[in-house]
Amino acid sequence: MSNPDSALPDEVHEGIAAVREMGPQGMVTLRGDHAAVAGAVQSATGFAVPGQRRIDGDLGNGIAWMSPDELLILCDHGAAPGLTATLAQSLAGTHHLAADVSDAREVFSLDGPGAREALAKLAPVDLAPGRFEPGELRRTRLAQVPAAFWMAGPETFCLVVFRSVARYAFDILAKAAAPGSSVGHF
Amino acid sequence: MSRRLPRGGRLIDRDTPVTFTFNGRELGGHAGDTLASALLAADQVLLGRSFKYHRPRGLVASGSEEPNALLGIGQGAASEPNQRATTTPLQPGMTAVSQNHWPSLEWDVGRVNDAARHFFPAGFYYKTFIHPRPFWKHVFEPVIRRAAGLGTAPTGPDPDSYEHFHAFCDVLVVGGGVAGLQAALTAGRTGSRVLLIEQRGHWGGRAPVDGVNIDGADAADWVNATVQALEGMENVTIRTGVMAAGVYDHGYVIASEESLPEGGPRHRLWKIRAGHIVTATGAIERPLAFAGNDIPGVMLASAARDYLADYGVAVGDRVVVVTNNDDAYRTALALTEAGIEVPAIVDLRESGAGALGEAARAAGLTIFQGTGVHAVKGNARVAKIQLCRQDGDGAVTAELPCDAVAMSGGWSPVVHLWSHCGGKLTWDDAQAMFRPDAGRPPLGADGRAMVTVAGAANGELSTAAVLADATRAGAGAAGGEPGTAPGADDPAEAPIAPVWLSPANAPYALRSKAWLDYQNDVKVTDVELAAREGYESVEHTKRYTTLGMATDQGKLSNINGLATLSRALEKPIPEVGTTTFRPPYTPISFGAIAGEARGETFQPLRRTPIHGWHEANGADWEPVGHWRRPYCFPKAGESKHDAVAREINATRNGVGLLDASTLGKILVKGPDAGRFMDMLYTNLMSSLKPGKCRYGLMCSENGFLIDDGVVARLDDDTFLVHTTTGGADRIHAHMEEWLQTEWWDWQVYTVNITEAFAQVAVVGPKARAVLETLGGMDVSADTLPFMTFADGELAGIPARVFRISFSGELSYEVAVPASRGREFWDAALAAGAAHGITPYGTEALHVMRAEKGFIMIGDETDGTVIPQDLGLDWAISKKKDDYIGKRAQARSHMTDPTRWKLVGLETLDGSVLEDGALAVADGRNANGQGNTQGRVTSTYRSPTLGRGIAMGLVLNGPDRMGEVLDFTTLAGGTVKAKIVSPVFYDPEGEKQNV
Amino acid sequence: MLLLRCPNCGIEAEETELTPGGEAHLKREGPGSDEVSFESYLFTRQNPRGVHFERWRHAQGCGKWFHAARDTVTMEVLGTYSAQVTEPPAEIRAEIERRRG
Repeated sequence: MSNPDSALPDEVHEGIAAVREMGPQGMVTLRGDHAAVAGAVQSATGFAVPGQRRIDGDLGNGIAWMSPDELLILCDHGAAPGLTATLAQSLAGTHHLAADVSDAREVFSLDGPGAREALAKLAPVDLAPGRFEPGELRRTRLAQVPAAFWMAGPETFCLVVFRSVARYAFDILAKAAAPGSSVGHF
Repeated sequence: MSRRLPRGGRLIDRDTPVTFTFNGRELGGHAGDTLASALLAADQVLLGRSFKYHRPRGLVASGSEEPNALLGIGQGAASEPNQRATTTPLQPGMTAVSQNHWPSLEWDVGRVNDAARHFFPAGFYYKTFIHPRPFWKHVFEPVIRRAAGLGTAPTGPDPDSYEHFHAFCDVLVVGGGVAGLQAALTAGRTGSRVLLIEQRGHWGGRAPVDGVNIDGADAADWVNATVQALEGMENVTIRTGVMAAGVYDHGYVIASEESLPEGGPRHRLWKIRAGHIVTATGAIERPLAFAGNDIPGVMLASAARDYLADYGVAVGDRVVVVTNNDDAYRTALALTEAGIEVPAIVDLRESGAGALGEAARAAGLTIFQGTGVHAVKGNARVAKIQLCRQDGDGAVTAELPCDAVAMSGGWSPVVHLWSHCGGKLTWDDAQAMFRPDAGRPPLGADGRAMVTVAGAANGELSTAAVLADATRAGAGAAGGEPGTAPGADDPAEAPIAPVWLSPANAPYALRSKAWLDYQNDVKVTDVELAAREGYESVEHTKRYTTLGMATDQGKLSNINGLATLSRALEKPIPEVGTTTFRPPYTPISFGAIAGEARGETFQPLRRTPIHGWHEANGADWEPVGHWRRPYCFPKAGESKHDAVAREINATRNGVGLLDASTLGKILVKGPDAGRFMDMLYTNLMSSLKPGKCRYGLMCSENGFLIDDGVVARLDDDTFLVHTTTGGADRIHAHMEEWLQTEWWDWQVYTVNITEAFAQVAVVGPKARAVLETLGGMDVSADTLPFMTFADGELAGIPARVFRISFSGELSYEVAVPASRGREFWDAALAAGAAHGITPYGTEALHVMRAEKGFIMIGDETDGTVIPQDLGLDWAISKKKDDYIGKRAQARSHMTDPTRWKLVGLETLDGSVLEDGALAVADGRNANGQGNTQGRVTSTYRSPTLGRGIAMGLVLNGPDRMGEVLDFTTLAGGTVKAKIVSPVFYDPEGEKQNV
Repeated sequence: MLLLRCPNCGIEAEETELTPGGEAHLKREGPGSDEVSFESYLFTRQNPRGVHFERWRHAQGCGKWFHAARDTVTMEVLGTYSAQVTEPPAEIRAEIERRRG
């Protein structure tokens, strides 16, 4: 069996921050009443349902609050179909919708001292230290496309966009992180 | 002459020389110079020609209000026209050129316009170029177009990059003069997050130039100490070189940063969201209206002082000061102290100045009180000034040789940012200025004032009052206590005289040489003419005369123009009012506005998982929404037309392959999913059995057809909806809208999984053979009949195989995980090689669906078409009580039997009808246009049938089979076409159901 | 550019994250409704000068709809609230009363 392809395998750009394509990533969208799905989520992932806009864990095993009736579960790419099935099974009889959306997405990291500033060039979000910190997932836009991001470390962002616009997202992130483009604001 | 003095210039570094060129001549300046100060230091007084009369023009100002010194800067693709020399920092190797002259700056042919300026009054163009009508297009317009516009646009693509930056703060302070600094300090002390921006490259504004004392220290020392204090505050960010261009709703501010280091972006556009905005933007000195006030060498008194104090540049050797207020005395004193001769202070006021007047007398200066200017004389440079009684009609009383005139008509607060979002002004009679009316501020989201004005911008002109006002503003903006404001010693000043013309009763000959708007060549007499001709509204006068238009935006010309209009209309100034201040405060670049949205990233371009193969195999692209889909795959030497025909023939006779990944895929799940699907679709979907597929139509609540596609029922609870390529996001939003805002008690969830899958259509008589070669699941007619689907594996890849057809052929659409889409495509190509498998594009798809009479959303529909128009009644359930659009389709216009209906069309000569061609009917309509009875919605050459085929909407069409109609051509003729069934190919559907 | 707090995810969202949905609290008229009621449902809008109850979707965000009470003249926002109600809730009405008197 061949390996799954992401849209831009292993692309990297170095500047005031480094933009990296993160390869195939497992993601399961779970829609349902958060209280009603909490038990199944706990047993499938080990996590409680996070609070509003919170994210717990990491790319290998994580969970994020996406809306009042939507969660995003992060896992290894190969684990997503099984996890989707497990959730569907344990939630049989509970109104919900679990979908493997791994291949609909592309994941990037934006990493380095200029990461906050580079992202603030593209997203209408207050990214000042203290205003945006690890633990929060923000759904917004990057220039002209929808995106979600969170911080995986003090100067590292994980970003998720739709697969079809992976090239666009990489290119605008690379522009925003271009060498010599430090704003000096944060 | 203007020249660099041996000493002075607080902003320049005399140890760092900088060379640059102006109109090809190499000149020298210093680091810290602006282009304007360096040109002035080099005695380059003539800097451009005015727009309309091509009069010689020099510097009037020292800041962003400069109307004349607009230069072309840089060379080649990176050049920029219309850059203000006064705000352009001098850079080593900079090339600058003057504009709006031919053949040269010194010798300009367009100057004849000036000699003839009595024939070019306000409204000249409007009045003159109306008749005779045909002349407009062929004579007037080409000449005017050549004359129009300032500067030369770069010829190549801009090589630089630009960016945006989103910033947030509790308090944004605009302006880094003492008011802005004090406001930021006060706000900062409350702990609020403060951002202070200043358009110039340095702090302190006018205070260090004016030599004021703050808390007993030099203003410069106070400024340095305050900047240091602000830099030490963690909650405060301060930046120079950022110009606030506009204030918008809910605390949104656009600012532009243009002086950025080499190697990064050229300009940065700041998008700032502030809880509260303090504008401490200072005031701008007004020119005085007298004859010859535009001759190079006549400038604002404050500018003369700036060039001296900031850059060590003397604006002339003999500088006469003309004023209606005390402030210009500071210029006379500063020039005298620097050793520059000031032959006289010409004070328009009978009673003269206060303490500064005493100081001037003590310095030995001559002061003429109650005296006005008959005219300034000189050609491309001031030569002398002729004086007269201010209250008279201009008889010359004295004549002074001089090479510069420093004038002051008083100060106007910079109220632009206050006004952009609705802040109102009030007329201050004592100070002769419009100032912000704090009682009528622009309101924020919370309904409270979102802008506070501080300092000179608020009409406070003494340093002590400025600091007190800024302290109040900073505290108010941050919601804290003001504390004690710093003190300042201000000399007692005599009141300004509101003089708007010198001399007061100047005759026409003088008034017609007294300029109000230098950039747009508007004179006192132009505004008077507008008033005489009935332009009583200031907004109309502005447009008729062009007063205050273009980059001026009311900075220099506004009050003088209003005062002139008020005098002409014999109405007080506040009744005349002001024109509207609009963003940007000073021009910002299109590059900055575009930011990252240029070149490859102008728009997001969506790519399927198989995009790379298409690119490598010569796809000719068609944009579909933001997607790029292959239109066809021309081989070397093959035309697109031939490629499409080859792709169709190969598919109909063998097997073709289509990347259909862009089709929308939406999961709809829940106990109420069936009920919801029945509302979404016109037909009954809840009766669909798991494992089966059904074609369906979706309408808007208006009844119009908005999307179509195949629905698969995955299980009792779950449907998979396929939408059109352009419909995925739109239809998903449509579903969510109904679920969230109308039927929120229904138990249904949706997820848009469009991009999770690559979808590949394997189409043609050999399609089954290809899938069998790939192997892994039973795709036989018995196991997988038409309009069913099955889950399994093909070539080891998880696959959902739909037995559906949009071509009329045996066809499978195979959905595989996007991450394995390319792998599947390659495997299918290999498996089909023996059958000559042929990838095809969207045009072959379109032709084949048209041959089958299948409609296409966007071709047969245009937002006014209902399914009934398209003969799709079979897909509209009669049993259902309701679906979205059902009620609308019962409206009288929708049930009108004369609505045009879908038919097929065949030209008698086999040619291809033109896209959008109209079917001609007898007679003419009320507008004298020929009547029509139908139109072409899709038209192609069918390689299968070897002729043109078309679909169209025709009056009573389905009842008129066999009738021949005339269809229009663009060339003006008509083509005959017969009404036929829209199904041209395999009407029994035998080929797809094998 | 407007700033509206999405009550679903708590974000102060700027207008570029939002899509407008027009007047709120329309009552759907389906099959069987008379011509006048249906026309009014489809086309007739209040377009007030003053407080307007309107629909917004946090489209470039959590994807959820919400309602806003906004003054169309001053742009003042008097509150945002759930999309799953058929009329402005009491606390929004109270706030309007408090500020508008």
